[in-house]
Amino acid sequence: MAEVALRNVVKKYDDVLAVSNVSIDIPNHEFVVLVGPSGCGKSTTLRMIAGLEEITGGEISIGGEVVNDLPPKDRDIAMVFQNYALYPHMTVAENMSFGLKLRKFPKAEIKARVDNAAKILDITELLARRPKQLSGGQRQRVAMGRAIVRNPKVFLFDEPLSNLDAKLRVQMRTEIKRVHQKVKTTTVYVTHDQVEAMTLADRVVVMNGGKIEQIGTPNDLYHHPKTRFVAGFIGSPAMNFIPAKLEANGSGLKIRLSSQLSFQVPDSRTARYRGAIGKDLLFGLRPEHITETRGRENGVGQEFPVTLDVVEPMGMETMVFFKIEGTEVCGRVEPSAAKGSGEIMQLRANLDQMHLIDPATNVVL
Amino acid sequence: MSTAILTAPSAKRISAASSLKRNRRWALIMSYFFLICFAIFFLLPPYYMVVTSLKSDAEMARLATNPWFIFDGATLDQFRILLGQTDFLIFFKNTIIVTVCVVAITMVISVLAAFSLGRMKFWGSGMLATGIFLTYLVPDTLLFIPMFQIVKSIGLLNSYWGMVLVYPTLTVPFCTWIMIGYFQSIPKELDEAALIDGAGHMQMLFKIFIPVALPGIIAAMIFAFTVSWAAFVYPMAFLYSSDQQVLTVGTVTSLIRGDVYKWGMLMAGALLAAAPPLVIYAFLMDYYIAGLTAGATKG
Repeated sequence: MAEVALRNVVKKYDDVLAVSNVSIDIPNHEFVVLVGPSGCGKSTTLRMIAGLEEITGGEISIGGEVVNDLPPKDRDIAMVFQNYALYPHMTVAENMSFGLKLRKFPKAEIKARVDNAAKILDITELLARRPKQLSGGQRQRVAMGRAIVRNPKVFLFDEPLSNLDAKLRVQMRTEIKRVHQKVKTTTVYVTHDQVEAMTLADRVVVMNGGKIEQIGTPNDLYHHPKTRFVAGFIGSPAMNFIPAKLEANGSGLKIRLSSQLSFQVPDSRTARYRGAIGKDLLFGLRPEHITETRGRENGVGQEFPVTLDVVEPMGMETMVFFKIEGTEVCGRVEPSAAKGSGEIMQLRANLDQMHLIDPATNVVL
Repeated sequence: MSTAILTAPSAKRISAASSLKRNRRWALIMSYFFLICFAIFFLLPPYYMVVTSLKSDAEMARLATNPWFIFDGATLDQFRILLGQTDFLIFFKNTIIVTVCVVAITMVISVLAAFSLGRMKFWGSGMLATGIFLTYLVPDTLLFIPMFQIVKSIGLLNSYWGMVLVYPTLTVPFCTWIMIGYFQSIPKELDEAALIDGAGHMQMLFKIFIPVALPGIIAAMIFAFTVSWAAFVYPMAFLYSSDQQVLTVGTVTSLIRGDVYKWGMLMAGALLAAAPPLVIYAFLMDYYIAGLTAGATKG
């Protein structure tokens, strides 16, 4: 087990900049998730750590040793791939022991390690089977087993759950977390699914356009996003963004969303936002902070009436969609409180959770 | 009310299903008809060979009888004379030696070439792969004259070892091409996993790629075997003494003297010569099909 450090890592494909000046410090035992949309450079970053891609600039070190020029086999890492990459002609046990055999481990040691990993992953009865005789979830377990037996310094996961169905994905997510809690190996995990990132990570690295947008704990990213991208990417359904103007209101501040609708900015935020008075801004509020007026605890809300556009019952809650000055806004309400589409409903916005974004820089104020 | 609503669509469904069934039946009937036509068309020559090889010379000389049937009783005389009194067994042995060597040489060269061209992306690998295939498009009927000079200059004229040298020019390009396609259809994560597991390129080839690509390799082997077993132009041009001759040319040249055709032995020889490819195809047909269609079904 070891710490991993990326210092100003750059990857270029001809003239295309895939990864730009990425710096991350991952301490020993930490579970870090790289998350972002397709093409954001997260997989490329992971593959550079693995040694499957050469780096154009910067430095990668594992356990204090710079590994820029080391081939993958000498980096002491193990990787789990999206499509499992199990050797189809080998049994599960042979798949798991292949790396150890190549490294000339004694037979008894190999057997002990394979048995132990199989026990951790609950695949002991599958050891004699071939990959094609396994289900998707079992294959994923074997791929993890192949990583565990090596007892490497770092685990690398490249979207390992993307090929599984929704139910199995949730199960395997828990499984991966359980395994990490048992073996405590430093882990770098790549996914495009922000729910996966939030549930698994000690820290999340949000990437966009080859750059790091923000690094932080899941709660940090959720409550204190630094950019519009992070605010919109983390959380499902996504945060509402409504064009707004900040106005002075006596000693306080008012955020105006339309000619009829404005909210009083909480006193705790006035000092932070005062410099932006008169500016055109984006007002950001998550759907879970727009609720019905009674029944649910939602901070010191400010109430406002809306005409519901679309109502989507989800069982445990109901999503209500309405428009403010042509911008679609989503709220989450108790199913019993929801009204039908076309009806007027009184909603409450929890302004303690609001964000103001400067559209010119896309930075959260 | 509800019954009425339910009945109408279900009646429609039944008629749609029965029309599907009818279509399928017609498709099957037509398939069987054409398959039987093709089978008869392609099985007639082998049938004629079997019938002729089991006839006596006397019956064949009597032109009055129907050549498609045996009237005087079947005999194995043609086979006995062919195996006992001609050089057929020498031709057979020479062909086996040449074929085994050619298949081995072809597989070594084409597996290594295909692995490097298909998986180890390097500058010009795509052009090189196309170039290799283009050499296959030059027919041996055009190549045998320059090839004659080469074989002669290295002293292998009238030696079946010369065939071991020249046949791979026919087999290697196509086999390499098949193998490139097969190797490329193997997901790239497999070699990345092997790299991370600690395998070098040769270990990756022998422990991962060759076992995974076995259907493709067997398809390529069958192709190399068939080409070298059935080659005619090169032995015709380069071999002229019967102790060096191979089956294709040897059988014909030794059993046709002037305008005398020893039909019985010719047919017996052709049957025996066709037997090894037939046996190999029968046992490895599944691999052959899997190998040739790999690109079509693998994602």
